[in-house]
Amino acid sequence: MGEVGTAQIREIVDQVYRAESRRILATLIRLLGDFDLAEEAMHEAFAAAMEQWQADGVPSNPRTWLISAGRFKGIDTMRRRSRFEGSAPEVIENAEGERIDPAEMIDKGIEDDELRLIFTCCHPALSADARAALTLREVCGLTTEEIAHAFLTKPSAIAQRIVRAKAKIRDANIPYQVPAARDLPDRLDTVLHVVYLVFNEGYSASFGDALTRADLSGEAIRLGRVLLDLLPEPDVMGLLSLMLLQESHRPARSSDTGDLVLLEHQDRDLWNRDMIAEGVALVERAFSTRRVGPYTLQAAIAAMHAESRSSEETDWAEIVALYDLLLRAEPSPVVELNRAVAVAMRDGPDAGLNLIEAILSRGELAEYHLAHSARADLCRRLGKLDDARASYRKALALTQQGPERRFLERRLSEIT
Amino acid sequence: MKYVCLVYGEESQIGAMADDDCMSFDAGLRAEGVCLSSEALQPVRTSTTVRVRNGRVAITDGPFAETKEQLAGFYLIDARDLDHALEIAASIPPAEVGCIEVRPVRELVSTTGKKHVVADVQGRK
Repeated sequence: MGEVGTAQIREIVDQVYRAESRRILATLIRLLGDFDLAEEAMHEAFAAAMEQWQADGVPSNPRTWLISAGRFKGIDTMRRRSRFEGSAPEVIENAEGERIDPAEMIDKGIEDDELRLIFTCCHPALSADARAALTLREVCGLTTEEIAHAFLTKPSAIAQRIVRAKAKIRDANIPYQVPAARDLPDRLDTVLHVVYLVFNEGYSASFGDALTRADLSGEAIRLGRVLLDLLPEPDVMGLLSLMLLQESHRPARSSDTGDLVLLEHQDRDLWNRDMIAEGVALVERAFSTRRVGPYTLQAAIAAMHAESRSSEETDWAEIVALYDLLLRAEPSPVVELNRAVAVAMRDGPDAGLNLIEAILSRGELAEYHLAHSARADLCRRLGKLDDARASYRKALALTQQGPERRFLERRLSEIT
Repeated sequence: MKYVCLVYGEESQIGAMADDDCMSFDAGLRAEGVCLSSEALQPVRTSTTVRVRNGRVAITDGPFAETKEQLAGFYLIDARDLDHALEIAASIPPAEVGCIEVRPVRELVSTTGKKHVVADVQGRK
């Protein structure tokens, strides 16, 4: 524990920040009862670490040190504010009343805080927009600009959503806790929905030329693991499995030129086999609980693709059967569309095309570019080139994403 | 913390509920000590709306707005936190046919910093 140089200390503090800042923030939010106060306190604690660890050496448990320092600074700030604003003294009492037990500082206790934070950020009393933004900000540590980019909105709109959500948590007294057992199924559903939303934003950017944003998907998977560790529920297994299996394609999903490569043309040697193995194990575990929900079914479909050597060798009949189950569990036109594509593989393009036309003639998915691109593809395979061209054009009109557009334009030019 | 649970519903549906159910539910809440005040309201045809503008009092027949669901009653509760309040709201019988708006009470604070404390009918603060 001797003297260490400034550059080395900065490096160590940075490392600790990257590894621990989110968990430290979650615990400080619980101890101080306020998001903004906790964030301020945490930054002050890290600043203090930069100064004091140089003189006193790096503590044996940096996380504990930082939480303790953050808590004292937060209480200090509350005292100063109460002198000016006359705020309730009982708030300060609560923060001080919580003595920090060394026992509380073990990993499990702190991971519980992260879980509490996730459930609070995903509380159904907050608007759907607010939940995703708040989770990305407080749990994942993204900046307002990064979140705005992910959701195609202005940073000011995101900032406003987050401010309102924090105000609601404070003013309506949304408790900072993991829900009771009887409320858990519904509340967990909301959380899983937000996590999957974050994953999807990372998996395929909604606009512009970057086909994927690896960091958001990685974040979502990390959240999935945190959830699974503390709540080994089949739906959590199913979602984590689904995310891992989809993520395993990443190395093969875009070409060197940043172009879209369809599943049937992807180089399967590039798929991440470790992720696939983990994903498959999880979906089997989920099925064994006999409580099979939509995420688990989607994961099972993904697992079938992941374990097949090629598109031709895939058991499409089994996949259609899984889609049948998924439709019963979660009826939606998008699921119907995906099933139609699988039916086309099993029974031929005609069968699939009939199903897609049925969906479109009901007036559903008219604005969904993938519905039109799927229709275009099947028409092309059947030699119905006029229909194919019309559908490719409709699809192009509905997507702004660079790689997707280039793909559609190429297909269109092939039959023009 | 105090919350108001505002009970909204279509009058035909709320009206079809038995008073006995509402009464026994209310008694249960009071026994738990969470209910500070509660009342069922007569239908909106008995409502009268008052507005004062530029010193003139305008009186109109009916509720403040014609909506499909109307205010049918309220509960003033004292709950641990929002989750507790939502749990209570979900157990209010009309929640099954209408909806319950749960809103926290605001402590009025004068510019001198004094809080507004009201004694209730029994003289309790």
